[in-house]
Amino acid sequence: MKTIKLIFTAIILSTIFVSCSSDDDEIIANPMEGFNLVTSFDANNHSIELYSKKNDFNIGYNEVYIRIKDIGSKSYVSQSEISWMPMMHMTQMEHSCPKSTLTITEDKTVSKGFMVFQMPGNADEYWDITITYTINGEEFTAKKTIDVISPADGKQKISTFMGSDGTRYVLTMTAPTEPKVAINDFTAMLFKMENMMTFPVVEDYKITIDPRMPSMGNHSSPNNEDLSYDAASKMYKGKLSLTMTGYWKINLKLLNESQEVLKGEDVTVDNLESSLFFEIEF
Amino acid sequence: MKTNIGVTSLFRILRAPFKRVNMLWYILLFQITPCWINAQEEILNKESDTIMPIDLEEVILISARKELDYQKQPKPLSSLDEYLELSQKVGMIKRGAYAWEPALNNMTSERLSVTIDGMRIFGACTDKMDPITSYVDVSNLAKAHVASGQQGSEYGTCIGGAIDLELDKSNFRETGFKASLEDAFETNNQLVVLGAEANYSNSDFYVDGDIIYRKAENYTAGNGEEIDFSQYTKYNISVNAGYKIDENKAITATTIYDEARDVGYPALPMDVSLARALIASVGFEQNTIGVFSDWKSKVYFNKVTHVMDDSQRPDVPIRMDMPGWSDTYGFFSEINLKIKKQDFLIKWDGFYNKSLAEMTMYPNNPNENPMFMLTWPDVRTWNTGLYAEDKISFKKSSLKLSTRLAVQNNNVADDFGLNSLRIFYPNMEESKTRVLKSVSVQYHKHLDPIHINAGVSYGERAPSVSEGYGFYLFNSFDNHDYIGDPNLKNEQAIEANAKISLEKAKLNIALEGNIFRMPNYIIGEVNTSLSTMTIGADGVKIYENLEYADLINVSVNTEYKVLPELTWSGSISYHQGKDDTDRNLPFISPVSYQSGIQYNKNSFSGAITMKGAGKQVNFSPEFGEDKTSDYIVFSLTLGKTFYLANDLVYAKAGVENVFDKYYSTYTDWKNVPRMGRNFFITFSYKIN
Repeated sequence: MKTIKLIFTAIILSTIFVSCSSDDDEIIANPMEGFNLVTSFDANNHSIELYSKKNDFNIGYNEVYIRIKDIGSKSYVSQSEISWMPMMHMTQMEHSCPKSTLTITEDKTVSKGFMVFQMPGNADEYWDITITYTINGEEFTAKKTIDVISPADGKQKISTFMGSDGTRYVLTMTAPTEPKVAINDFTAMLFKMENMMTFPVVEDYKITIDPRMPSMGNHSSPNNEDLSYDAASKMYKGKLSLTMTGYWKINLKLLNESQEVLKGEDVTVDNLESSLFFEIEF
Repeated sequence: MKTNIGVTSLFRILRAPFKRVNMLWYILLFQITPCWINAQEEILNKESDTIMPIDLEEVILISARKELDYQKQPKPLSSLDEYLELSQKVGMIKRGAYAWEPALNNMTSERLSVTIDGMRIFGACTDKMDPITSYVDVSNLAKAHVASGQQGSEYGTCIGGAIDLELDKSNFRETGFKASLEDAFETNNQLVVLGAEANYSNSDFYVDGDIIYRKAENYTAGNGEEIDFSQYTKYNISVNAGYKIDENKAITATTIYDEARDVGYPALPMDVSLARALIASVGFEQNTIGVFSDWKSKVYFNKVTHVMDDSQRPDVPIRMDMPGWSDTYGFFSEINLKIKKQDFLIKWDGFYNKSLAEMTMYPNNPNENPMFMLTWPDVRTWNTGLYAEDKISFKKSSLKLSTRLAVQNNNVADDFGLNSLRIFYPNMEESKTRVLKSVSVQYHKHLDPIHINAGVSYGERAPSVSEGYGFYLFNSFDNHDYIGDPNLKNEQAIEANAKISLEKAKLNIALEGNIFRMPNYIIGEVNTSLSTMTIGADGVKIYENLEYADLINVSVNTEYKVLPELTWSGSISYHQGKDDTDRNLPFISPVSYQSGIQYNKNSFSGAITMKGAGKQVNFSPEFGEDKTSDYIVFSLTLGKTFYLANDLVYAKAGVENVFDKYYSTYTDWKNVPRMGRNFFITFSYKIN
């Protein structure tokens, strides 16, 4: 009986202790906990910090969080208006990329958006980003060269292509970022390249998916769900079944509202892959 | 004096009214070597003292340990598989030279309850390459009890029946110290068997230890063709001990360690680098407790590890490893009550099993990640059941009523595995509970010299781990990947059996048959919408419940004593299995027959046996079967006992498949041919 009482007391005490300490955590919680500071730079007496879940800016979809620190007071500034413009400086031309507007999160010191880089930088060509923000009615501009690299695994998560309708599209996979042997939520974003600077979201098309394992007889998986447009998130959403770990090629076909195939082919015995695809390896 | 238990041989006795007749001709019929009549009678008499003659149970005697009667064993150090194959009801499905899978009434593992001394054990291989009979050896065993249909429900939930392998123990007999050495050699596959055992037993205490080692190279089929990947090596060690607390109570303990390595499976695309089992139990027995008697209880655990690999195969589309693990913890407790003409048995049992198996495939491109999946997603099976039977004796007849009620829960413990299965069954629950019922009535009437037995029963079983939860299990016979279905309904069986036998001093004839109607019969059916995973496979099958399937088994057995020392036996059997759309079920025997002449006199024994089957006309093309040809094979054995410096030596030699026939049977996976001509010789040396 004595032992039981002792154990009970210990449990209660430890519960109290744990709850107290978690309260403390909340007070000093860092909103960027779990994110990586990919790059930061100083301008206008401010330090501008760009965060991501990933360690780098990769080609494809990048969700980016921005904080601005006042170098003098060493405190983060509550944001009111902020916008950005990524730009690729190629040897012959310049272009931007598909991106969202920046929205300020619940924590006013953090704004959030995404950029979809079509290509990596190299020795002669580079990306930079221009950020325009307003503090206390005063507008500032800051510009910084950023490194955009291909993902370490070299797997294709973005495709830029000319559709059969003569339009240039950018299609990028946004999820799963951590694929599992399961039915994964599968999402992608589709943009039309209107001109070098404008990439509007394409609505109401359809993307069929056919995951295959080229190393294992090019077999497929059951219960996949083709991607269809979700107006709320502006993404194409579907389901992707991965029956085992390893390398999967997700063969795709893009269809417009009239069900005309704009890009991609069926996978058959003779045609082992579509010209439009993503890759996953885990 | 020859006690029954010590008598060695493989004969089966129908523990029934047939008494000696039956035994005799059973022995003759299906065995290469008939039994010694005296011994048989002893066995029968002893049985009839304690057991009412109603159980239609077949007993295959295996051990010769306690008394030296090697005459009765056609091939004393043959594998357990070979012993079981001599039974009429048991067929052995072969994927190679090792670890055959027993089939009873043409039904296999998932429809049977196979136990070792009442302990449930489950193989760890998703491809059934390690039936639990492969984890014991003849050196451990006294008998195999073969109970058909619901007569087997005493041992566990089953449809086709039960096989209980009874361990060989000294059991407080006053035999003192005994030891023996055994040695066998076979020419066809250069099989070497070495065994040793030592026993000490008195009225308060016993300890039995044995060790056996077997090593075989590839065997050669009838046309001289060497069957690659048919080699194996294994050893087995066991220790049993018992201690009497007082006259009325005893505790017992058992440990078996079995390990096989480098086991080839010529019929399959993969081999086994390791198959290992540790089996342990502690038991308590009390002779009387108030009005009750024979109270026996046991707790046990066993741990099976099985590693499939293809590293020895020169040419595979992709390299893979497929290890599996199966751990079982269980108990049972049973007690008897005899009231006048009634004999009650009540048994409570339960087990908890963890089955986990994985597959890792290595892409030919070494820079690619390995492909990993769980083929058994850590399925936890908890089963507990209550069994009760009542045997009622009337004048010249008897009745047996029995029932089992079990509750079984399956739980998928691994999230990775659960998510994998949810690809196919998005709404699947991780846990599922089933209630399994069984009832049976068996009646026996004696109208001298005729015995009539008849029974009807109903039973249910839950899907096996593979049937419920298997994930891309490749079956090389029908060349399909199999996916389980956790939502399968229980399979049921309505069974009727009958036997009529004439038992005279010199002649026994028996006709027996059974019929099973199995509603919700579980079998894999092709799903054309699914993409095959295994390279080269023809499709994917999903386990489904058919509306029903029917199975019929009929046999006639005869035995005739030509002279006191010369006995002739013969048998013929017919089997049929069809589903609701009249398709043949897989692994159904064609017409098969056996006949033999056995001679026993003094220290000499000899036998000629013939065994054959008709063409497999009713085969299942869906399962990859074809019209396996008919065959007849002959075997010859000679045995002699002699003394060497007061110690007894027994030698037996023989030749199997005398005419080097090239053949395969319906039980041979993908028609892998059987062994050609094989000479064997065994020696046994008893140190008294």
